[in-house]
Amino acid sequence: MSKFSEKAMKLVFMLSATASIFAVIVICFFLFEQGFPAMAEIGVLDFLTGTVWKPLEGQFGIFPMIVGSIYVTAGAIILGVPVGLLCAVFMAKFCPPGLYRIMKPAVDLLAGIPSIVYGFFALMVIVPVVQTLTGTSGKGILTASVMLAIMILPTIVSVSEAAIRAVPESYYEGSLALGATHERSVFFATLPAAKSGIMAGVVLGVGRAIGETMAVSMVAGNQPVLPDSILSGVRTMTANVIIEMGYAEGLHREALIATAVVLFVFILIINISFSLLKRGNK
Amino acid sequence: MMNCINRQTFKQKIKSYRHQPLSLLLFIAVCASALITAGVVIFLIGYILYHGLPNLTLPGLFAWDFNAENQSMTPAIINTVIMILLTLLLAVPVGVFAAIYLVEYSKRGNKLVKVIRITAETLSGIPSIVYGLFGYIVFVITLGWSFTLLSGVITMAIMILPLIMRTTEEALMAVPDSFREGSFGLGAGKLRTVFRIVLPSAVPGILSGVILAIGRIVGESAALIFTSGTNPVAAKSLFSSASTLSVHLYTLLSEGRYTDQAYAVAVVLLVVVILINALSAAVAKRLTNK
Repeated sequence: MSKFSEKAMKLVFMLSATASIFAVIVICFFLFEQGFPAMAEIGVLDFLTGTVWKPLEGQFGIFPMIVGSIYVTAGAIILGVPVGLLCAVFMAKFCPPGLYRIMKPAVDLLAGIPSIVYGFFALMVIVPVVQTLTGTSGKGILTASVMLAIMILPTIVSVSEAAIRAVPESYYEGSLALGATHERSVFFATLPAAKSGIMAGVVLGVGRAIGETMAVSMVAGNQPVLPDSILSGVRTMTANVIIEMGYAEGLHREALIATAVVLFVFILIINISFSLLKRGNK
Repeated sequence: MMNCINRQTFKQKIKSYRHQPLSLLLFIAVCASALITAGVVIFLIGYILYHGLPNLTLPGLFAWDFNAENQSMTPAIINTVIMILLTLLLAVPVGVFAAIYLVEYSKRGNKLVKVIRITAETLSGIPSIVYGLFGYIVFVITLGWSFTLLSGVITMAIMILPLIMRTTEEALMAVPDSFREGSFGLGAGKLRTVFRIVLPSAVPGILSGVILAIGRIVGESAALIFTSGTNPVAAKSLFSSASTLSVHLYTLLSEGRYTDQAYAVAVVLLVVVILINALSAAVAKRLTNK
């Protein structure tokens, strides 16, 4: 092949590689360009800390939504991380190979199920259960947390499992040789060494939970007010966008885009801490 | 294979647990968590299959044309296939070329490469609703296309780009350097080596990434509702509104009257996801067996 085509294709490869840079710049540009003016018009402090969201009356306070996102994410982490981590320990250190061949694809399958199907499942199963147990509408922080815990389970399990498997076997063997049981060796020698990998998995799970939209908007209740118990309904930032974007106009629409900007900043912080943790692992 | 040398009998194990209550407790907790996880998977799939399978025989559910009476999902299936093909057409070449640049052409410590990696990582972390909003602002409002298939395709292509890039990169890096050296030694140029030697050996890895990407496109709803819209009719052109299967499920649920149909759509989605996962696992297995 000629020198020219070598050079030309190298340029094509390089241009393709810069596509991701271009995409991030364009996404940031359009979000910020539409979101910042709205924030400035409403007042950044009023927007972030205002507790009243009444777009028709010109009141745009997304504090309840920020709190809502944090609550359901925290609930998902509290419920999902212990189960996911222990399940990862099982798969890495306790599971017979025959069972592993079934467990691994099952967990992978959980990761592939569309979020809308999770939402549907939660609406049909978890909501009625919470309803009969507590006598409320069944939609709220608790329901959303249980569902999100299931949704982040595969992330936690697979990342933690990889982290546990990456710990040198000598740690475990050394502990066994000192007379510790299998369980003690795994939990007190292997697990501490896998800490930063496991933390990276948790952070990834936080990212998934906070960004989840469809499923959460179906079971969280969506009231844009500060919740007073774990049974009361909340609206997350993601749900706020998906619910009102269809009919929003003018400043209302820009306020929704500004909500997405706040969400975007949350995600950026999570991403940065994820890559810092990953670096710490090496 | 964990401890073949120190294999304990069941009786010995019970005896040792009697002296080690903490170990017993940990063992129980680990097993319980595994049981919970397995139980959730089985219950979720079983529940949807149990309620959905009987509804697959609803009259007109697979009729060629959609109307308010039959709520047919055939147009949504067609739209999903079109969406997958067009998105892959856009994202796979760019993603693969980008990975080729990162693995074969860039030098170590290149600043551009660092920026590319950071931005790709950022892209893969952005939630789908932000992609959806971005597509809505750019294509629907700024460009004035209103809800079109093309808006959805471009949005999805950006969304799966980091996935294609990462899997291709891993596949290219797994190709042994001796392949490249052999090709250079026989007098082939860089470009010929990449296309004739390196890329063909990396195909299974790239393929498993593409299959994962298909899974993401099939399951996506938040990014598509405000870009390609919720029109449950088969797309006639790039500029007509068209809902995919996941979006169709969303529409059915928000109407509130079509729970039976929704179960049926959920079953179809679930079966597609199971097939995609099995396919991806099979491809990955061929990769490791080599």
